[in-house]
Amino acid sequence: MTKLTPVLSAHWDEKDSFTIQAYKRHGGYKASEKALAMDPDAVIQLIKDSGLRGRGGAGFPTGMKWGFIPQGDDKDHYLVVNADESEPGTCKDMPLLMANPHVLVEGCIIASHAIRAKRAFIYIRGEVTHVVRRLNQAIEDAYKAGHLGNGFDLVLHVGAGAYICGEETALLDSLEGFRGQPRLRPPFPAIAGLYARPTVVNNVESIASVPAIIANGAEWYQSMGTEKSKGATLYSLSGHVKNPGQFEAPLGITLREILELAGGVRSGHKLKFWTPGGSSTPIFTDAHLDTPLDYEGVSAAGSMLGTKALQIFDETTCVVRAVLRWTEFYKHESCGKCTPCREGTWWLVQILRDLEDGRGTEADLEKLLDLCDNIMGRSFCALGDGATSPITSSIKHFRDEYIAHLTNGGCPFDSAKSTLFEGANA
Amino acid sequence: MPYSQDELATMNSIIERYPRSRSAIMPLLHFVQSRAGYVTNEGIETIAKLLTIETAEVSAVATFYTQYKRKPVGEYHVGVCTNTLCAVMGGDAIFSALKDHLGVENDGVTADGKVSLEHIECNAACDYAPVVMANWEFYDNQTVESAKSLVDAARAGNPPAPTRGPNKLVTWKEASAVLAGINDGLANEGVQAGEPSLLGLKLSKNGGAK
Repeated sequence: MTKLTPVLSAHWDEKDSFTIQAYKRHGGYKASEKALAMDPDAVIQLIKDSGLRGRGGAGFPTGMKWGFIPQGDDKDHYLVVNADESEPGTCKDMPLLMANPHVLVEGCIIASHAIRAKRAFIYIRGEVTHVVRRLNQAIEDAYKAGHLGNGFDLVLHVGAGAYICGEETALLDSLEGFRGQPRLRPPFPAIAGLYARPTVVNNVESIASVPAIIANGAEWYQSMGTEKSKGATLYSLSGHVKNPGQFEAPLGITLREILELAGGVRSGHKLKFWTPGGSSTPIFTDAHLDTPLDYEGVSAAGSMLGTKALQIFDETTCVVRAVLRWTEFYKHESCGKCTPCREGTWWLVQILRDLEDGRGTEADLEKLLDLCDNIMGRSFCALGDGATSPITSSIKHFRDEYIAHLTNGGCPFDSAKSTLFEGANA
Repeated sequence: MPYSQDELATMNSIIERYPRSRSAIMPLLHFVQSRAGYVTNEGIETIAKLLTIETAEVSAVATFYTQYKRKPVGEYHVGVCTNTLCAVMGGDAIFSALKDHLGVENDGVTADGKVSLEHIECNAACDYAPVVMANWEFYDNQTVESAKSLVDAARAGNPPAPTRGPNKLVTWKEASAVLAGINDGLANEGVQAGEPSLLGLKLSKNGGAK
């Protein structure tokens, strides 16, 4: 009695799934044909009715976002797909694009028709050569088949290794040829986005979900998920589990259910902490195994659904080490535009390093929380907010473990025990 | 060495992809890397000229993004993920073993110019942890031993094929050309997905049986 509902991943097990032939074998490019024959507003309404919400982390209703684009304004409109997947733990869009790039191409055609855009861009992270190849080939083949061209162009833009470009306004600056730094809002991209023109920025999975909704209808999509979180989505399970991988399921499934499907935590070990949606979402513990993994459920439990990146850590993992490493990441990726994030992440790393090495004092925990308080909500963009999540949530759930580093004069854990090849190379 | 007419034509075709020329700066920087292996001063000057902007503006972009290198890297550039999840599951051990094995530090290049080493951030393959990238191709589920044999084979000029990638590992310069948007004809090579990507799909077909 599985709860799994493969839609996006339905044909990934076919060896040629990434080709246009395979995509068409399963009805590919029929949805765009249908949508192009519809009034753009009717397409927007259908997506609104389906209940589809942004799969990039924020969960904003996709149809509503499209509806914000001013109509009849005689300006160029743009669709920009965020394929910069870089949030630690997040690994859904890259396998999707490797196995089925055409579903994104078709989604772009439909979404651009709805928002009256004649040109769309896919901004993909640069560190994935083969995914770039597959997507470029798909675009080329879609042009040859006449699905692109004829007044609608799709351009693949390859990034160059900056996490901040996953933030939508930094992405737009980067796409315009500048350093990727976030913009002040308002104006929002719907009014002044790419080249100061009305722009929709959507995550890969959001746009890739569109063709199936057009093909099967809003009611079909509504039939999956929970009251306010409709549809199915990709949950990415990684870490100390027996069988990590992608699980496409209706929103609202729990970690306990997914872990059961995956064969549980690796044998002989037990769950210690996990992230529901990447490193920027406050960590959970085994007390949250039955939290419904939908937008409302995770939020009510004090975290965020984010990108549904379920990173599982067992009891061998030092939480201070884990949090320090994430914090070093945020420090490295801070774009430097605003002071709370640029200076704050630097200080967070210094203090956490001392704590991990057993050189800190208990007062440092208060200092950490004070710093987080001065970064959270005071930074230019969500990167700063995200940097505080692992710290505040880990101090909340594992304060004793921080203290243990002080009484022990250093980290009490043996890092070799957390590796998958424990003992093999020691 | 100045850019050839062919190379300049390619650079101009990259610019034509965009409604505003400045947007081409990133693919042009990838293209410059595909010729010299890194972002040369000459490359920066050429981009500035083509886009009619200042060289300082091109440099400002080139130095913001970590994938653009201002000095030569190896023919095979190896990145070990040491973000939290990969680090915990073995990435730290792999990175430290490779540093010892190659005798280089982070961002170092072996004396023969064959292999360079960098610790990298999350590369969107966490269900295949620990992850190592070579020229930004996926080497999944690595161990200290497998990573050592990867770099040894790369130094011998015979690296193994990526786990999810083309049948043969391309060079750093060749990979940079792909990132500049140039089709190398290898998109149809390699698997469509690895086992973890297919796990949920397989379970749903078996009615949830493991």
